[in-house]
Amino acid sequence: MTETKEWTGPTREFDVVKEFLIALVVVSVLTLALAWLFSSPDDRPITLARWAKAAPGDFVATAVTELDGTSGTATYGPPYNSFPGAGQKLGPLPLQRWGGVRARVDTAHDLVVGPLGEVPADPQLHAALAEWTSAPAAVQTRWATAYSDALAKAPDGNPAKVAAGDYGPVPLMMTRLLRLGQTGALDGLLLAGAASQGTFYATDYTTPLLFLADGTYLEDAARAQHLGGDQWGMTNETGSWPGQAWLWLYTFWYQIKPFSTSGNADALVWGLMAVLSVVFVCVPFIPGLRSLPRHLGVHRLIWRQHYRG
Amino acid sequence: MSGSTGAAPVSESAGPSRSWTAFVRRRAVAALPPDKLLPDRQPAYVASWIYVFGVLTIAAFIVVLASGTVIALEGPQWYHRSSVGLFVNSLHLWSVELFFFFMVIHLWGTFFMAAWRGRRALTWVLGAVAFLASVGAAFTGYLVQTNFDSQWIATQAKDGLNSVGIGAWFNVLDLGQMLLFHVLLLPVALAALIAGHLIMVRRRGVVPPFPTEDQVSP
Repeated sequence: MTETKEWTGPTREFDVVKEFLIALVVVSVLTLALAWLFSSPDDRPITLARWAKAAPGDFVATAVTELDGTSGTATYGPPYNSFPGAGQKLGPLPLQRWGGVRARVDTAHDLVVGPLGEVPADPQLHAALAEWTSAPAAVQTRWATAYSDALAKAPDGNPAKVAAGDYGPVPLMMTRLLRLGQTGALDGLLLAGAASQGTFYATDYTTPLLFLADGTYLEDAARAQHLGGDQWGMTNETGSWPGQAWLWLYTFWYQIKPFSTSGNADALVWGLMAVLSVVFVCVPFIPGLRSLPRHLGVHRLIWRQHYRG
Repeated sequence: MSGSTGAAPVSESAGPSRSWTAFVRRRAVAALPPDKLLPDRQPAYVASWIYVFGVLTIAAFIVVLASGTVIALEGPQWYHRSSVGLFVNSLHLWSVELFFFFMVIHLWGTFFMAAWRGRRALTWVLGAVAFLASVGAAFTGYLVQTNFDSQWIATQAKDGLNSVGIGAWFNVLDLGQMLLFHVLLLPVALAALIAGHLIMVRRRGVVPPFPTEDQVSP
C-alpha cells in the first residue's frame, strides 16, 4: 500500500525547529494576553469555622445526623464504611463494594465524639460524653433522632430554640461542637492524623470534606455559582471563567435519563465513559469507524491543494 | 593507569560491538535516523492550517510546564497571597485552556485524515491516551487549587470514583496524594506519551492523502 511507503512525491522545505519556536512565541504571547486580560478565579475555601458561624442551624443539623448515623457519609458504604445495602452497582457488578472499606470513617466518633473528647477543662462536657458513651446504642439513636426531629421543627432551625425534650446529653454536645467549630479548632481536629493520633503533619482532608459535604451550606454556595451536578457543574468554574470544558461528554450524561434519575448514575456514567474511551483509543482497529473519515469528505478540504494538483 | 604494561593495544574497531547497549543504539539510529528526526523537507501535501495545531499543542504544553514549575518553586498556596503568584496561576490556567483547545482541533483534524492509516495506528493510540492523561492531569490541577472550587470538585468527583471502586486508591479528598499526581506522576506520564507520539510521527511520517479513485483502480 502507498500509505505505508516512504513518500516519494513532491516535497517542500521544512524547518522543524523554526516552526516550533514560532509556535512557542505565539502561544506564550496568547497566554500572557489572556492571563493579563482575564486573570483567574480564586474563591476562598469554606472553613468549618465559616460554616458554623454563617449557618449554625445547618452545622448542628448535619452534626446530629453524623451522631445518629443517618448522614450521607454514615450511610455511604465503601470506601468509608460497610453500611448495609449501600454502594452503587454497574449492572450486576457491585464495583463500589469490591473496592472495599479502605478509608474508614466512623461519623459519630470521628466527627463528633472524638473531637469533643479533645476539649480540655470542661467537666460538664466530659460528663455528657461519659453519659453518651455508656448508653446503649438504641438509646443513643433515640436521643439523637429526637433531637434531630426537634431541631427541624425549631424556628429557623435554630439550635437555641429547640423545644424541651428527652435528648439525653445531645443538646450539650451539639452546643459544644458548634462552639468548637466557630472557634476554628474543629478544622484542625478533623484532619486525618491530627491531634487524636499524635501526628503533627496532615495532608488528607477526607474527614472534614465529608463533613462539609454532608451539610447544605457547601452545596448552596456551589449551586449559586452554577456548579451543581444538574447544572453542568463539572465543566463550569466559579464566576464566569471557563472550567473543564473537555469534560462536556462526561457531564452531559448526568443531564439526561436514565442517568439523571438513577441511583447508580455515577457507576453507569463511569462505565459508559470507560467503554467510549476504549473505543476512542481503538478507532484504528474498529471496522466501519476507521473508514468513516473517507466518507465524511472533510479530507478534501484539508488536502484541497493536493487534489487540485 | 599509564605506562607500558606489556598488554596488546586495544583495537580501534574489530567489527560491530556485540553488547546489548550497542545493539539498542544501532536499532534506535536505524529506526529514527537524524534526517527523519529533524527533517529539512516534508511532503508537499502537508499544506494546511490544520497541521499547525499539533505543534501548537506541544508549545502550549511547554508553557503549562513552565508556569507550573514556577508555582512549584513557590508552593501551592503562593497564588492566594501574592499578585505575582495570581498572575502565574492565570498563566497556568490559560495555557491549559489553550493546550486543550489546540489538542482537540488537532485530534479532529487527524480523525478526518484517518491518520492511523499505513501502520500509524500506534501514533493514534499514543495521542489518544495522551488526551486521556491530559484530562487526568488537568482534573488533579483543579483539585489542588486549595480554594472553594477544589473543595466542591473533590466532594462531587469522589462519588464517581467511589462508584466503580477506584476511590479507595485514588482519593480525591487527599490533597497530598492529588498534589503528587498533579506535579509528578501525571506530567511525567504525559510527557512520555507525547514523546512517544512525536517519535512515531517522525518515524512513520505524516499520513498521505486518501488515494483518488483513479489511483486506487489498476
